[in-house]
Amino acid sequence: MNLYQADLHIHSVLSPCADLEMSPGNIVSMAKNMGLSIIAITDHNSTLHAPLMRRLAENAGILAIYGAEVTTREEVHCVCLFADEDSRADFQNFLEVHIQKVPNKPDILGYQVVVNEKEEIIEEVEYSLHGALNVGINELEAVVHAMNGIFIPAHIDRPKYSLTSQLGFVPPDLNYDALEVSINSSIESICIHNPSLKRKRFIRSSDAHFIEQVGSVTTTFRMENLNFDGLLKAIKGIDGYDIMLP
Amino acid sequence: MTVLDIVKSLGLKVYTETVGMDREITGGYTSDLLSDVMGNAQAGTVWITLQTHINIVAVASLKDIAAILLVKGLEPEPNTLQKSLEEGIPILGTSKQAFEISGMLYQLLYSNR
Repeated sequence: MNLYQADLHIHSVLSPCADLEMSPGNIVSMAKNMGLSIIAITDHNSTLHAPLMRRLAENAGILAIYGAEVTTREEVHCVCLFADEDSRADFQNFLEVHIQKVPNKPDILGYQVVVNEKEEIIEEVEYSLHGALNVGINELEAVVHAMNGIFIPAHIDRPKYSLTSQLGFVPPDLNYDALEVSINSSIESICIHNPSLKRKRFIRSSDAHFIEQVGSVTTTFRMENLNFDGLLKAIKGIDGYDIMLP
Repeated sequence: MTVLDIVKSLGLKVYTETVGMDREITGGYTSDLLSDVMGNAQAGTVWITLQTHINIVAVASLKDIAAILLVKGLEPEPNTLQKSLEEGIPILGTSKQAFEISGMLYQLLYSNR
């Protein structure tokens, strides 16, 4: 088994709230400097930067996972990760069909640009990626798993856009692979207040919006080879695969 | 005033058939953040919301909410409806948005004071 550092929640410049420095190229360079082996680009309600990110990351010896941070109908943020280009494309299509298409106002809400490897803007998303999908969290979970993806409710300890803020508590029947907890909360204290979460899987990531945040919070993955299947096994904690939190 | 009284007066839809229709209503609370409702809603109130997730029933039960009122024609998810029947908490509905139905309920409850 090998140990790999992973940061599975990173925003690129496509996210309206992310810094303009967050180009795929800069993110990969920073990830390399920070010694990361696995990153996931999780822009708000879009996967459009993922293919370029994967190409650039491969050259740097880093596994870049396709992902998005999706806003459910309840306005709960969920990190959704996918294995391959086919499922990413299917999920992108799902996002575009189900997001409430409110025109973006870049000067107020932020720019939403897709760039190429030369950092030239090749596309600007016209509708606000801040919008929510007309899809509830249970349905989103089912869709992600039907595409063999990984489903992780984001920053559950945060006072906004989290399971806790929007839905009061973690629904006992929700079929998530792990719960993302920010660096500010101890897992022990979360489990003391929510005993039903004791045997659940937890993960920490940076939720980086600025370049210096990439890799500032990571989870260590113990797995054989650097691939999506191993990632899933480690998150689930099976076959000797595991994750370790800071 | 009971749940049945406001259903009749405001022309509300009832998703839970006959469950809890005789519950007494003491006020209203309008919010879509369940964490806020858990912290601030009073017992005996009608909770006006657009949230339909199953957790609304648990929060309503925890806070002794008299009834949940869904706005804009939204319907409870199947497992939400099932849970509300088990818990005996009525789920009501209206095609109106939260501001309008909140105003109507306010007038109904407090106009004679």
